[in-house]
Order: sequence, then structure tokens, then C-alpha cells
Amino acid sequence: MSDIVLHVENLHSYYGHIHALKGISVDVKKGEIVTLIGTNGAGKSTTLRTISGVLRPKRGTVTLKGQNITGMRPHEVAALGVSHVPEGRRIFPQLTVMENLDMGAWNVSDKKLIETRKEEVFTLFPRLRERINQLGGTLSGGEQQMLAIGRALMTRPEVLLLDEPSMGLAPVLVELIFDIIQKINKEQGTTILLVEQNALMALEIATRGYVLQTGEIVMNNDAKVLLKDERVRKAYLGEE
Amino acid sequence: MSTTATVQDRPVAPKANTLELVQQSWIYRFLLFPIGQMLIFIAGATILLTVIAYAIAIAFPAPNPNIDLVTQINRQLPGMIISGVSIGFVYSMIALGYTLVYGVLQFINFAHSELFMVGSATGFVVMKALEDNGVLKEWNPILMILFMLVCAMTVSGILAMLMERIAYRPLRGAPRLVPLITAIGISFFLIDFVRAGFAITRNEFNLTYPVRSLEMFATPVRVAIGETTVNVRTTSIMIIISAVIMLVILNYIVNGTKLGRGIRAVAQDQTMSGLLGVNVNLMISLTFLIGGAFGGAAGMLFGMNVGTITPYVGFLPGLKAFTAAVLGGIGNITGALLGGLTIGIVEAFLNGVLVYYPALGQRYTDILTFSVLILILIFRPTGILGKRVDEKV
Ligand SMILES: Nc1ncnc2c1ncn2[C@@H]1O[C@H](COP(=O)(O)OP(=O)(O)OP(=O)(O)O)[C@@H](O)[C@H]1O
Ligand SMILES: [Mg+2]
Repeated sequence: MSDIVLHVENLHSYYGHIHALKGISVDVKKGEIVTLIGTNGAGKSTTLRTISGVLRPKRGTVTLKGQNITGMRPHEVAALGVSHVPEGRRIFPQLTVMENLDMGAWNVSDKKLIETRKEEVFTLFPRLRERINQLGGTLSGGEQQMLAIGRALMTRPEVLLLDEPSMGLAPVLVELIFDIIQKINKEQGTTILLVEQNALMALEIATRGYVLQTGEIVMNNDAKVLLKDERVRKAYLGEE
Repeated sequence: MSTTATVQDRPVAPKANTLELVQQSWIYRFLLFPIGQMLIFIAGATILLTVIAYAIAIAFPAPNPNIDLVTQINRQLPGMIISGVSIGFVYSMIALGYTLVYGVLQFINFAHSELFMVGSATGFVVMKALEDNGVLKEWNPILMILFMLVCAMTVSGILAMLMERIAYRPLRGAPRLVPLITAIGISFFLIDFVRAGFAITRNEFNLTYPVRSLEMFATPVRVAIGETTVNVRTTSIMIIISAVIMLVILNYIVNGTKLGRGIRAVAQDQTMSGLLGVNVNLMISLTFLIGGAFGGAAGMLFGMNVGTITPYVGFLPGLKAFTAAVLGGIGNITGALLGGLTIGIVEAFLNGVLVYYPALGQRYTDILTFSVLILILIFRPTGILGKRVDEKV
């Protein structure tokens, strides 16, 4: 039990009258990559939003390292070591690359540490270093994704929530992003909860996976098992 | 999976040349550039209007044959420019409040003109208190202005924060019309509250700053340009200096500090800012504080300049400043500054020229000012620098 970093239990979330999550329970252990897969509208993003505090659940609890964080505001959750890279990158378009990274380090007060972290990000994404004074909005989609991940790493989060990091990227970049997700997980020991449309690749790098369908978890198992599961292969890996 | 080489090439940052180094330096970014920008704009606007003024003078000689309009304009030009620039800075400082709040909340705080009024009233109360205690003439005038400024800024700034906390925050997410009507309600409330307050304590609400009792402000500074001497009002100079200093500080806060970066981030994407650890509500509060403080400062400077104010003093400057913000492209800070200067200068020139046409007279200044603005907005609906607004989404 003690190695469970993030514990989500029986979560119910609504958008107005839309019942988007109908009792979701997810556990993420320290150092794991756990993936949430499912069709469009299944509630994957909603799950992440509820964990990070953007959305308040009607019922259920979110526990971080034994502390109940249900209903906390996003900045309070962030201060506890959770970084959420939402769907669609959400780079600040009118801030430069450098300023975007600085925003990622909002909770870091040590200036030297911020510089070191920036260097780490530039080592992961050398492309960003050349663009430090460019406005975020003028970056290409792939560069924005790199910046979004880099920005989330500025605080050295304990838990990283990634929402479709491969969306809209060229295959070569998708591979790079997945490599880097693994690298962050291995080298920095970051626990990762990964939402992906690209279920095959997600399951390949994940320890465990959860399958969501219309707001409910219909399957949950080791990633290797899910990869071999008939229903998963049919529904999410595009096999007939 | 293998890391691909194509995306990792060119890892070295490009070397900056001397020009870029200068541009990145502190002095350039926070002193030379903003002040230079103001100067260039003021110079451009006044040159353009001077040409127009002479053209009018030549095309439509004044009805009174004893007056040669061209000579009159020659004499008045420096005065028109200085009063235009000073009142323009007042409008700019108010317009900043509209634009800052619009930037973070996409909401026009129509009660902002009352923050200006409250600042103006605070300035009066402080100056009167200094006079009543007999220290008005002993204090160093610069120190006194500074003290009045700080008081007006504090009162208006805190009032703006309270306004947001009590009235606007609970309405977030409501249809846009709801906070708008609330703002108008707050506006009426503040006007009546201040009026009642002075009516009870002083038995009148015409508030006359004891400016005249100070030598420094009683006599204008005489500046000789060629053969003509020009009278420049000390209060105009005071407004210009205070405004430039405050605008430089604001530019530094917004573009050079962590707080400013947080405010800009919240303006661009509230949810994302929150996810990165920014306390969004705190940033919104601070935005109101800054906007309110600028409004209050403008009110106090305006009060010193006109001498007598009433609780209704916020309406017209507020309306003009709002127009200035729209003219500059609402949400855009530089736009608010330039929009305010434009209105101030246009107004001063109209005032200067219209006196000589009895059929029109200075009464028409406001109508014509607003007409000019409507014309500009027809051709540039998003304002002078309004491109930013549609880029924001
Ligand atoms: N802001 C919103 N307002 C109303 N309904 C919403 C909102 N956001 C999501 N929903 C609804 O909630 C359900 C779950 O949405 P969610 O974004 O979590 O899906 P998802 O699994 O992330 O899908 P995708 O793979 O397409 O991103 C959907 O039915 C969606 O229509
Ligand atoms: Mg989604």
C-alpha cells in the first residue's frame, strides 16, 4: 500500500448534467507508467482533470501519497508535486519559450535550480534551445508538445499526468516523445499516468493499463496482458 | 525504439550579435524602449495634428477678421501640446485599468471610472488634511505629491480588489451581461456613497484642492521659445513626470517580473496557469489592485490639475479612457497608453482651434473627439494595435 503514490477511488464527475465519470478507480505505484486507454469521449481527459483539480468530483476521493487531495484547487495540487500536461499542449502563445519554461518553474524559487532544470530540458529537447526567444504560439505542433512536456518537468514532479502527448505529431516525433517519456520515468524516477489514443505504443512502454468506456473502467491489467487481450486488440489496436 | 537524429541536430544556441545584446539589456528593455516609444508616438501625433491645425487655419479663416488664426496657433502650439500630453497621460493611466482587467477576465469593469473618482477624492482629503494641520506649505512639494499619490493609489487599489472579491468573483461563469450590470450598479453606489459622505461631513460635495495656496502651483512656469514666452502649468509637468515614471514601473512589473509573467499567463490561459501552480484568483486580485492603483493615481493628478472635483468627476474621463482602451486594442497595454495619448492630444488641439469659431466653440470638443474616434474605429475596428486580441484565442 505504501508504494501507491496516486490512489483514485470511485470517482464521479459531471459537466453540468453530463455524468462523465461513473465511479473510476485507479492506482498508480511509485515509478510506474500507467496508461489509460479508451475511445473518444470515454472520460480519459476528465479523469486527469479531476485528479489535478480542474474539475471537482461529485463523489469519490483522490489521494496523493496518503493525503486526501479531493476538491483541492489546481495550484494546490501542483504544489504537491503533480504536473498535468493537458490535451492540446496549452502553450502560452504570447510568452516566449523561455517564459513558458519559467512558468513551469512557478513553484521553484531557487534561481540556480531553475537554470539547471532548463539545461535538463534543453538536453532532452535540443530543438527548444534554439527557439528560446520565439513566442510559444509560433512554434510548430511538435515543438509545442516538446515545450509542454519540458515545462511540466521544470518542477521535477513526482507524478506526471500526460494527456495524449502524441496527438497530431509525425511518426518520427511520436517515437521521440515516447522515448523521452520512458527516459523521464527511468532517469528521474517520475511516476507517469499516460492517456493515449495510440494504445499500442502506450501499452508497450507502460507497466499497467486501464481501459475506459463511457466513464467506466471495463478492464485493468498488466500492460503485457492487455496487449495480448483479444477484446483490446479488436477495439483499440485496430485489428479485425 | 531509437532516438532519431533528425530532430536532435543543431543543438547549439545561435550566437547573439551586439544589437541583440543591447536589445536584451535591462536598460534598453525597461527604460529606453518604453520611453522612446512614448516620445516617438507623441512626436508623431503632435506633428500630424499641427499640420492639420495649420491646414484648418488656412482653409477656414476665423470669423473674427481681427484674429489671424495662424499666428494664434503659433503662439498656442506649445501649450496645446503640453496640456494634450498631460491629459493624455491621465487617460492612459485610466485606460490601463480597463485593459488589464479585460486582459485577465475578458470583462469591462464599468465601475473603473469610480476608482478614478475615489482616487481624486482621496487626493483632496489628504491635501485638505495637510492644509488643516498647517503642514501643507512646510512639506517638500515633491514629497507631498508622492504622499498624495501613494494614498490615492492605496485607497483605489484596495477598493478595486474588494470590488472584484465581493462583486465580480461570485459571478464568474455567469453570462457576460450579469457582471456588466453589476459594475454599473457599483458605479452608482460609489458615486452616491462618496457624495453622501462629503455632504454629511462637509455639507457640500464640490471639492476644491488647496492647490492655489501653494506658490509652486499658483504661477505657471514661463518658457521662452524664440520671441514668444509660453506659460506652462506646473501641474501639467507634474502629471507628465509622474505618469512617465509610473508607466515605466508598470512596464517593468508586467514584462520584467515573475508577478507580471504570472498575470500575462493568466490572461492567456487561466486553466493552464493553475495547473502550473499559479494561484489564479490571487493574480486576478493583483491585476485589479494594479489597475485600481493606476486609476486612483490618475484621479489624484487630474484633481490637482483641474482644482475642483465632484463625485461625478469620473464619468467623462472614464468614458474617454474606455474609448482609449478600445482605440488601442482592448487587452493591449501599449495600446491603452497610446490610445490615451491620442485622445488627449486630439482633444487639446480641438480645444485650441475651436475657440476661434464662435459658432462651434469648445463645447464641441468632446463630440468631435468621439467622432474622430468613431472614424478611426470604422477603419480599424480592433483598434490601433488590436491584432493581439484575435491572436489571443
Ligand atoms: N467542457 C465540457 N462540457 C461538457 N461536456 C464535456 C466537456 N468536456 C468533456 N465533456 C464530455 O465528457 C465526456 C468525457 O470527455 P473526455 O474529454 O474526458 O473524453 P476523452 O476520453 O478524453 O476523449 P478523447 O479521446 O476524445 O480526448 C464526453 O462525453 C464529453 O463530451
Ligand atoms: Mg481527451
